[in-house]
Amino acid sequence: MTIQFNEETFRDDYSFRNSDWAIKRFPFPFHEDSYMYSVNMEQHRGGPEGSVYEKRFDVDEHYVSEMRDRAIVLADDPLRCQSLPHMTLAGWDTLELIMVSKSEDYPDLFELHRDGDRWRWINKPMGIDHTFTFLDETTLPCGPLEYITRQAQGDYAVLDQRNDMLYMDAGMITTQADWSLDFDIGMDFFEWHAPVPLAHEMGIFKRALKFLLNVQQGAPARRLNWTMTVNPLLDTSPENYHKWGVQKSTLTPQNIGSKQHLRVELQTFYRLPRSNALLFPIRCYLIAFQDIVTIPKWGRRLHRVIRDLPEELATYKGFIDNRPMMLDYLSQYDDGLPTSPGVWPDLDTEPPLQK
Amino acid sequence: MSAAPQKAKAGAEKIEVEVSAIVPLNDLVTRFEFTRRDGLPFPPFSAGAHTVVEMNDDGRTRLNPYSLMSDPADSTKYAISVRRDDEGRGGSLFMHRKVKVGDTMTITYPVNLFPLDLRGRKHVFLAGGIGITPFMAMIAYLERMGGAWELHYACRSEALGTYVDELTSRHPNKVHVYYDDKKQAIALEDLLDGQPLGTHVYVCGPQGMIQWVHKTAAAHGWPDENVHSEEFLAPQPGKPFEVRLCKSDITIQVGEHESLLEAIERCGVEAPFLCRGGACGQCETDVVEADGEFIHRDHWLDDDDHASGKKIMPCVSRFVGKTLVLDR
Amino acid sequence: MSKFQFPESIRSRPVYGTLEPRPGKAHLMIADAEGAEALLDLAAQDAAIFRAAHIIYIPKDTGDTYVDRLKALEPAQFYVGPTYEASVQRIRRVLSDAHMGLQVYLAGTEGLMGQAQNEAMTAGIPHSAIQTEHRGSVARRMQCVHCKGITEDVMTDPFVCSHCGLNLFVRDHYSRRLAAFQGVCVDAEDPGNVPEPVELYK
Repeated sequence: MTIQFNEETFRDDYSFRNSDWAIKRFPFPFHEDSYMYSVNMEQHRGGPEGSVYEKRFDVDEHYVSEMRDRAIVLADDPLRCQSLPHMTLAGWDTLELIMVSKSEDYPDLFELHRDGDRWRWINKPMGIDHTFTFLDETTLPCGPLEYITRQAQGDYAVLDQRNDMLYMDAGMITTQADWSLDFDIGMDFFEWHAPVPLAHEMGIFKRALKFLLNVQQGAPARRLNWTMTVNPLLDTSPENYHKWGVQKSTLTPQNIGSKQHLRVELQTFYRLPRSNALLFPIRCYLIAFQDIVTIPKWGRRLHRVIRDLPEELATYKGFIDNRPMMLDYLSQYDDGLPTSPGVWPDLDTEPPLQK
Repeated sequence: MSAAPQKAKAGAEKIEVEVSAIVPLNDLVTRFEFTRRDGLPFPPFSAGAHTVVEMNDDGRTRLNPYSLMSDPADSTKYAISVRRDDEGRGGSLFMHRKVKVGDTMTITYPVNLFPLDLRGRKHVFLAGGIGITPFMAMIAYLERMGGAWELHYACRSEALGTYVDELTSRHPNKVHVYYDDKKQAIALEDLLDGQPLGTHVYVCGPQGMIQWVHKTAAAHGWPDENVHSEEFLAPQPGKPFEVRLCKSDITIQVGEHESLLEAIERCGVEAPFLCRGGACGQCETDVVEADGEFIHRDHWLDDDDHASGKKIMPCVSRFVGKTLVLDR
Repeated sequence: MSKFQFPESIRSRPVYGTLEPRPGKAHLMIADAEGAEALLDLAAQDAAIFRAAHIIYIPKDTGDTYVDRLKALEPAQFYVGPTYEASVQRIRRVLSDAHMGLQVYLAGTEGLMGQAQNEAMTAGIPHSAIQTEHRGSVARRMQCVHCKGITEDVMTDPFVCSHCGLNLFVRDHYSRRLAAFQGVCVDAEDPGNVPEPVELYK
């Protein structure tokens, strides 16, 4: 299909919106009526046609606007993209993976022509046609990681693997859920996850690390993570928290349906061939509460998950203060009927709201 | 997460190849070169990676890991060098005696358990015998990237000095060769002394050599993190034993010359694996019940795990006793 | 002086040990203020390593209290500096000449150990191989996550960023690369609602 790219903003007037197509393919993260941490990894080898899992790097209607938002963030704070000196090769690996994947998966939007190390890259939605020499940084306007991730939705953490540990040694992080690359760069896997409550005690990170160390070339993996954001704000960085934090207190029973967004991260993991580093793309999808509840199953389930979530997690995810108001709103869309297992909307089989 | 989560497959992704060249290097070592049957370029790989070669030996499947020793930048071929082990379980003999140019084989995508530390200011390689193979790829990589390195290579004799001529003629100032039969030995203490901060040492060779390097470096104040080693363990033969696999609800016999992992696979039970050499951790299996003694031979589990009797690495470890029940 | 026992915390917060002599061709020792006591204790375990030791000492407000006693250990090189900042160029020079097998010992305040550790790591020594022992002040070196400015010797939570003036709360999340803890705006969601500052660890 041809994608119609939205003209929209993720700041100021927040004109971001999801089409019906985008709502139905939203990566709803709850496969049952409750939520607890788990490693919940699976192979990343496609998925149902049209779903966000189908392609290696999903491109959707928000692509062009998200890239514009990224450029604004970087102009304001260049430290959001950093790479320690030994990570340049991993940057080239990343560039190669994304260019090859996108040109194969979206041939109408992207083209890659390779003649030895002489590469020509065409990005039609962004109007880019650039020829450069692979592995020669001087032929790109910026480092390879920054170059390609200015053209790819989602954040990108690049993890070096040494002595059975992963290190956050490079990244492009402009749509993060409240963590700072500039602060965390260089940290090991346990250190950068240190502020996450409960999961360490549960052994989650130990198991996750063991899994990730063994992600192999040609066999990428994926999982989902989620949080909440008031307004469709991509840049929920700690750097700008003093500017956006106040928006959390602007929720009212009247505006919560349009202002409160579920924020889902589709996290994927690729072993990079030349550097042996692990690429960790973190793709952010936003959806307003009023759009989620148009899918009856999701409305029922979201209410139950938020209601029963342990307090530590609601605090960590930053919505403990707003939880009562969320529940007031969501309870209108929960009629107590059972829900079908799995994450899919099941519009044809799940009953409409009985209220 | 999704409606039908996909189960992880056992082993790495596979590549169908054709044997394009067989080059005997000396009495014991032969190089095998592969090209892809589908004509596509090989995936790039990081120096130090290995591939697992699948051998169909008269109906018996053998899976042996070998370091990729070709230039990582060359996507037209992969090469391995195999030392013939007349006492071994037969994998190397199969390669030497039965594999012919033009044969089709299956190998896995590269898996790297012995990577270069790319932060290193300098890389010092210590090779013993066939342990030279991963360093061939590392040297090619560092030469291209302009990295600093030196190689100290111990061989049994000149006649068995695999790749010595090639290495010494290309890099006369960086390669140092020591022959056992001439009573030459690597002067390890001297070469550890005076290396710049940020130097990394890599050793690949027999177990005694690896332990000697780790111990000597520690005694000279080198951090553990700067000393890297790789040793593929071949499964050792042992007394046959019986195992119950409780998830699969079958009881299997492990023969004298097969590993526990091979016996599990032979009986049709899929078990995860990558390196098949006790290093990667992928085949770690929980012990449900045991009455007897474990023969742990892996590098993966720590001493506490070994002592606990709760875990086993079936690729290289065995068991002697009355009952063994595994969660598989 | 008794050693302060930091409360158990998250995985990114540094944990300090007790200096012990380790084999090595050369020994670099960097300490401030009461950190000198840790070096004296180290000497009591093995005085011989000081023959190949380079001590860089910043007395801060302890003045001459420890200087003569450190000198009496007869290190190969002994430098007393007025501030850490003044000694940084010297530390870099020493590290750039050093070889594998160098042992690094850091003692004193978190700010000094963190910054010196960062220099040693940049020079190629893994942090796990660098010994540390906390002595003296428990003040923290804090980075404002918003303006990136560093505020030294923070003793209260919350505190005011010395660069941008925001009210920041003190996290235990720590960056070795910045040698600083993270300070985050305390009243972002409710501007003006700043809790009364409390002394750290009280």
